[in-house]
Amino acid sequence: MNNLDAAFSALADPTRRAILARLAKGEATVNELAKPFEMTQPAISQHLKVLEDAGLIVRRVEGTKRPRRLASAGIAAMDQWLAMLRKALEKNYDRLDGVLAGMELKKGERR
Amino acid sequence: MSKLTLKTEGDTHVVVTRHFAAPPEVVYRAFTDPKLVQKWLLGPDGWTMPVCIIDLKPGGKFRYEWTNGKGHGFHIAGEFVELQPFSRIVHIERMYLPDPTPDNYIETRFDADGTGTLMTMRMTLPDAKTRAAMLATGMERGMEMSYVRLEGMI
Repeated sequence: MNNLDAAFSALADPTRRAILARLAKGEATVNELAKPFEMTQPAISQHLKVLEDAGLIVRRVEGTKRPRRLASAGIAAMDQWLAMLRKALEKNYDRLDGVLAGMELKKGERR
Repeated sequence: MSKLTLKTEGDTHVVVTRHFAAPPEVVYRAFTDPKLVQKWLLGPDGWTMPVCIIDLKPGGKFRYEWTNGKGHGFHIAGEFVELQPFSRIVHIERMYLPDPTPDNYIETRFDADGTGTLMTMRMTLPDAKTRAAMLATGMERGMEMSYVRLEGMI
């Protein structure tokens, strides 16, 4: 639960969303991630730390490099929550479909 | 058939769209007549809305109270900002848990779409952090409701 809170907070920042979009295409090093943003490495590293703490990305050790990639579990948890919110809304609106059908019927009866 | 779309927009918005088979006049009434709202704005199975007060005018207040009949409940209250009959509702709402959440500014549009209606609900939260908290709080509520339902099944 706390992790989801952190995940949605992490997504509140446009740079971090862009980083995730880049990582969705595949693994990348801090250098590769820093390039398109015209940001210093420490600034990017700070964003990566927030994403990592939120469980949205993970790192791998490869010599001196620490390539990052999306953490499927964290992303899946957020997807699941959005799906649940959708389901709750869809349930309301499915009920509303029934209410609307009844209203239309009444109008027809009056004719 | 899933006709619902739900997405975040920019840093502070959440946008929901849904098509309905009835024309805008009918959908607008279902959103603003308390007797009709009580029939559908209920969330998960087992929840009811015993209190639904709607003072339908700019500045008018509304209050929705939900209960699961087993001691769990909460309410949402707020006021209408703008009302354009059959096409647009602008309102501000707060969820009481029991402390009020920050203002959620919501514009709901009802646009004719073939013989039906396309509803577009655009929520605006004060800042990115509040939106994140709202989404996360919604999660907790959803989980809580699921657990309550689970209790009923065991």
